[in-house]
Amino acid sequence: MAKPVTLKELSKKEILFASGHRLCAGCGAPIIVKMVLLASDYPLIAANATGCLEVSSCISDYTAWKIPWIHNAFENAAATLSGVETMYRSLKKQGKIDKDIKFIAFGGDGGTYDIGLQSLSGAMERGHDMLYICYDNGAYMNTGIQRSSATPLGADTTTRPAGSVVPGKTEQRKNLTKIMAAHNIPYAAQASPSHWADLVRKVRKALDIPGPKFMNIISPCNRGWRSRTDDAIMLSRLAVETCYWPLYEIENGVTKITFKPREKKPIIDFLKPQGRFKHLFKPDAEDFLKRIQDDIDKEWERLQKEEACFSS
Amino acid sequence: MAKIVAVTGNEAVANALRQVNPDVCAAYPITPQTDMMQRFSGFVSDGKVKTEIILVESEHSSMSACVGASAAGGRVITATSSQGLALMNEILYIASGTRLPIVMPVVNRALSAPLNIHGDHSDAMGARDSGWIQLWSENAQEAYDNTIQAFRIAEHMDIRLPVMICLDGFIISHSIERIEYLEDEQVQNFVGEFKQLYPLLDLAHPVSYGPLILPDYYMEFRKAQAEVNTKVPEVVLDVAADFEKISGRKYGLFETYRLEDAEIGIVILNSAAGTTKDVIDEFRNKGIKAGLLKPRLYRPFPYVETGEALKHLKALCVLDRADSFGSSFSPVYMDIASSLYPYNDKPILINKIYGLGGRDYLPEHAEIVLNELIDIAETGNVKSYKEYIGVRE
Repeated sequence: MAKPVTLKELSKKEILFASGHRLCAGCGAPIIVKMVLLASDYPLIAANATGCLEVSSCISDYTAWKIPWIHNAFENAAATLSGVETMYRSLKKQGKIDKDIKFIAFGGDGGTYDIGLQSLSGAMERGHDMLYICYDNGAYMNTGIQRSSATPLGADTTTRPAGSVVPGKTEQRKNLTKIMAAHNIPYAAQASPSHWADLVRKVRKALDIPGPKFMNIISPCNRGWRSRTDDAIMLSRLAVETCYWPLYEIENGVTKITFKPREKKPIIDFLKPQGRFKHLFKPDAEDFLKRIQDDIDKEWERLQKEEACFSS
Repeated sequence: MAKIVAVTGNEAVANALRQVNPDVCAAYPITPQTDMMQRFSGFVSDGKVKTEIILVESEHSSMSACVGASAAGGRVITATSSQGLALMNEILYIASGTRLPIVMPVVNRALSAPLNIHGDHSDAMGARDSGWIQLWSENAQEAYDNTIQAFRIAEHMDIRLPVMICLDGFIISHSIERIEYLEDEQVQNFVGEFKQLYPLLDLAHPVSYGPLILPDYYMEFRKAQAEVNTKVPEVVLDVAADFEKISGRKYGLFETYRLEDAEIGIVILNSAAGTTKDVIDEFRNKGIKAGLLKPRLYRPFPYVETGEALKHLKALCVLDRADSFGSSFSPVYMDIASSLYPYNDKPILINKIYGLGGRDYLPEHAEIVLNELIDIAETGNVKSYKEYIGVRE
């Protein structure tokens, strides 16, 4: 098991995702990528689904990636990386490679929850030694804030805009972390860039476990969330403290909540700073706000019960 | 020493793949290809190959995994048919645009709807602009030989493009024929060691695959890809010459049959060419100068050589096992017409669609076409430029 790593130690490591990339100021994705790459003690090879991170990090002839990196298409980062990992196993078996290499895929929520779900499910079921990381910003941000199955209830998006009849998204988010855990993979977890030590620890743990691993990391997007450019860490912290984005891990089927807020904050604390929810703060939207709070309370209750099942 | 066997087309190609012994294979079932990858999976399970197999959850993931595995730096195969090839379509362009030498037998089958599992060329025709090299095969022997040659063509340092080997579903994939196998060692020496080019697994030289290229350079990139295609025919001929040395079997860009002094001719792909050759022999016995051209390298299409081989004819029919809806003529017809366009003196060209969805192509169909060509050659009158044959009216 990888040893815990201190901030001081991390600060001395080489950053493998170069600055100068073209992601927006205040975007959560490059913060997450830097943390993930810093966390690893192994040499890494990454695959990337089409999306913000991909189009902004490798515009010919420039690349922000100091590690080998491959982008194929939108829906196939997991399948693509399963090919890379299989060639690695083949060449290693033949004695043509001797290094231990770890494989990480990065996909946004559109490329992971929606169009890439089959490819991801297949790769996890086949047991490839890889870590798939979804940076979940809750919509198709690269194409201009369209609704995805990760978009939260009530959010205003460009394909489900809040109008006089429609109050934004009327469906709950898909619980992808639960779906991935249901593949009985050895490790699935949720993390947030606001809790960097937790995130780094989870990445290090995941990379040490052979086989398929999945991490879902909340990734604030000030363009889509209609928030301030310097609020990414504050908003991801509020997502955790309101239990909108619980930090937990499921290791070999055992659920463990890795951070429990001392005082669970009301969901409006998370919603209010974001313009995508501003229509929910009109007088007639109280019922809808209550529904959002109820959904979160229910899932938080369920998660705690799930954890309790294993701790007794 | 060649070994003579009686095997199906699928078995022959699976054996060629075993002899090549690739590093990675992605496999997914689809009729009529299924049996080929099943046989190859058997070789994996019995340790007859070093290949690591990925049993993907779709053809889209099959081609996606092939792209990843090939970029990683090794020899990669998969195989498909019909809907599977259609599902891969998006990634076919990425494989060729990324210049990855993936080799893929395509057991040709009709496209849905209506659903049909039988022989038809619509699948591979739908991928003809995808930037893949296409080698077409008349019989199991050609499918076997083309598969072995495909690796040398794909991996040639001047080319580095993916290759599909086309063979007719059921008619070839499931029929038992007499064929000659090369020795394993001969095949391995022929294909040689895989040469890596910018492998993703080289940690000392990290590379980024799959960049975004905007209007400032996209067109230059595409032009470079087009230029690579112009080098393919020469490499195909060089590889064929080397292959002849070990097999005694001769391959070109296309096959001509009694064409040199012919006055009327037929252009036809794959298994139907065999039937047509028989009928041409009958017409020759009657003193009628009939001939045939069977394309082998269909993509990139050798326009100049094909036009040269056909220009002297008086009347020519292109028979196609696929249509191109919305255009006036079928896929191969359009290429043949383009190849003849530069010549002032050229044959009158007609187009027939035959054999869709596994409809039998019979000797009488070739007879009807040849008789029509005799009439056109004599009178210059064309009743119909394009027509479906062997179909209920």
